[in-house]
Amino acid sequence: MVDRLVSRSLHFFGDNISTDLIIPGKYKFKTTDAKELAQHAMEGADPEFSKKAREGDVIVGGENFGCGSSREQAPLALVGLGIKAVMAKSFARIFYRNALNLGLPVIENRQAVEDLVEGDRLEIDFRKGNITNIRLNKSYPIKPLPPFLLEMLEADGLVAFYKKYGRLPWQKAG
Amino acid sequence: MGQTIVEKILSKASHDKAEAGDIVVADVDYIMAHDGTGPLAIEAFRQFGAKKVWDNKRVILFIDHDSPSDSEELSTLHELMRGFAKEQGIRLYDVGQGVCHQLMPEQGYVRPGYVVGGADSHTCTYGALGAFSTGLGSSDVAAIFLSGKLWFRVPETIRFVLNGQLGPMVAPKDVILYLIGETGADGATYKSVEFAGPVVEDMTVDGRLTVCNMAVEMGGKNGITATDEETFKFLGDRRPGEDYYVSDADAAYSSVIEYDLSRLEPQVACPSMVDNVKPVAEIGKVEIDQAVLGSCTNARVSDLEVAAHLVKGRKVAEGVRFLVIPASQKVYLDALRKGYIETLLEAGASICNPGCGPCCGLHQGILAAGEVAVSTTNRNFVGRMGHRTSMVYLASPATVTASALTGVITDPRGV
Repeated sequence: MVDRLVSRSLHFFGDNISTDLIIPGKYKFKTTDAKELAQHAMEGADPEFSKKAREGDVIVGGENFGCGSSREQAPLALVGLGIKAVMAKSFARIFYRNALNLGLPVIENRQAVEDLVEGDRLEIDFRKGNITNIRLNKSYPIKPLPPFLLEMLEADGLVAFYKKYGRLPWQKAG
Repeated sequence: MGQTIVEKILSKASHDKAEAGDIVVADVDYIMAHDGTGPLAIEAFRQFGAKKVWDNKRVILFIDHDSPSDSEELSTLHELMRGFAKEQGIRLYDVGQGVCHQLMPEQGYVRPGYVVGGADSHTCTYGALGAFSTGLGSSDVAAIFLSGKLWFRVPETIRFVLNGQLGPMVAPKDVILYLIGETGADGATYKSVEFAGPVVEDMTVDGRLTVCNMAVEMGGKNGITATDEETFKFLGDRRPGEDYYVSDADAAYSSVIEYDLSRLEPQVACPSMVDNVKPVAEIGKVEIDQAVLGSCTNARVSDLEVAAHLVKGRKVAEGVRFLVIPASQKVYLDALRKGYIETLLEAGASICNPGCGPCCGLHQGILAAGEVAVSTTNRNFVGRMGHRTSMVYLASPATVTASALTGVITDPRGV
């Protein structure tokens, strides 16, 4: 994960985007490869999504984004496509946790989502803990993560953290 | 200040006093994964560079979601799981043995006070036995494979107090559908959902498993019921020193919500959200192509018994496919010995091998464009059981069976 990013395109979705829509069940029984899964990312909600999305894009959802199944293939498919963050009014619990474990930033801020329109660009600053709508020149706070989760996110996820530090993020160093 | 059941369990598991909002690192008693999530967890475990799981007797694997395999690609993933199980000395329940959430309680891996993790969102089912159990992704599961522990935020608890007595043909499934409709699909996000009151006390563990199973459909982190005599009746014994887990009278809840369910009618969750719930009597005439009695929510012997009683001497409606998928081999055998399977076959039902069936749109009854199913499963999202334009209505075993007989979604009280 980078400390600071400016989104390319934003892709808008509505409320209750389930993991069945993010990656239909049938694909998770074919492969564990992020690039292959990426070809079907968001297929249930927008069959053309994988062709439209580009590296550096950000997904914007409504309420309860990622509800349903615990499949980590859902955030994995988005990572495989080069999606840099998911922002939503609210997230379902397991998706939220899975995304952090894969180093995919998930940002919950209802007002920021409501203010966004097609064509907007966002600046996301994880160190400062805020996001800025460039058109409105308006900033919104990102709810701070517990320090060990922020460290995990900065290391690009759970497995990457372990490879780098030889311990799990919640285990004490040394 | 007293504690909720979940605060008590997470205090024990983290060796410290756990209060809602705390982040704790808890010992995990059992961890499970299945063929939809296990391969990714095994890959993550391998990426850790780890050789052996922390305790091979506490890791359980299941091949149940798409089983037997329907593709070469999946057979390769099944083989990956079998190879890992063999190498690590892990118990793997293979093709036809049943659904993970049936087998975990049935085979004795769940006890009151346990912390159980699972790479499946419906792991919240085991709260019916007084365990804290929750669904996790593959990376978290791999971390448990490695260390036997995981971090949790101790959840606030919503307590539903369910008063009254359920009427005839009104089932635990109707109770949980009703509560999801009232609460909304995200009304309990991140919360523990405790089910209490006379309606829950009157339920067998089978019914409580159905109720806790769907806590996640209102966003819940886990579902839970207090331990009582019924719990130990199901478990067959009470081990020395084994506690009853009950919330203290002065425990702090985020909310306490009471309902009188004496007049509750059979409910149905209409397409395509689980919280789109209405009484069966109010949905008008909905013709069906398929009726499904199966899944971790509702395919136990008591569910098959309800179905067998309803179909006795009758026939499934012309043009309806009635799929019955017992939750486990034991359930199948019990139902066979009690004559339920014979009765269902005589009525025209198809009996499929134990497993998850068509619940998540993988095999054994995938819906074509525009087709309609009524099902005892737990999700009706767009595309869940097949084509994007197919539709799934969720209901109790009695409603599903009554509908299979008439060809339209039917209130079982009128059959």
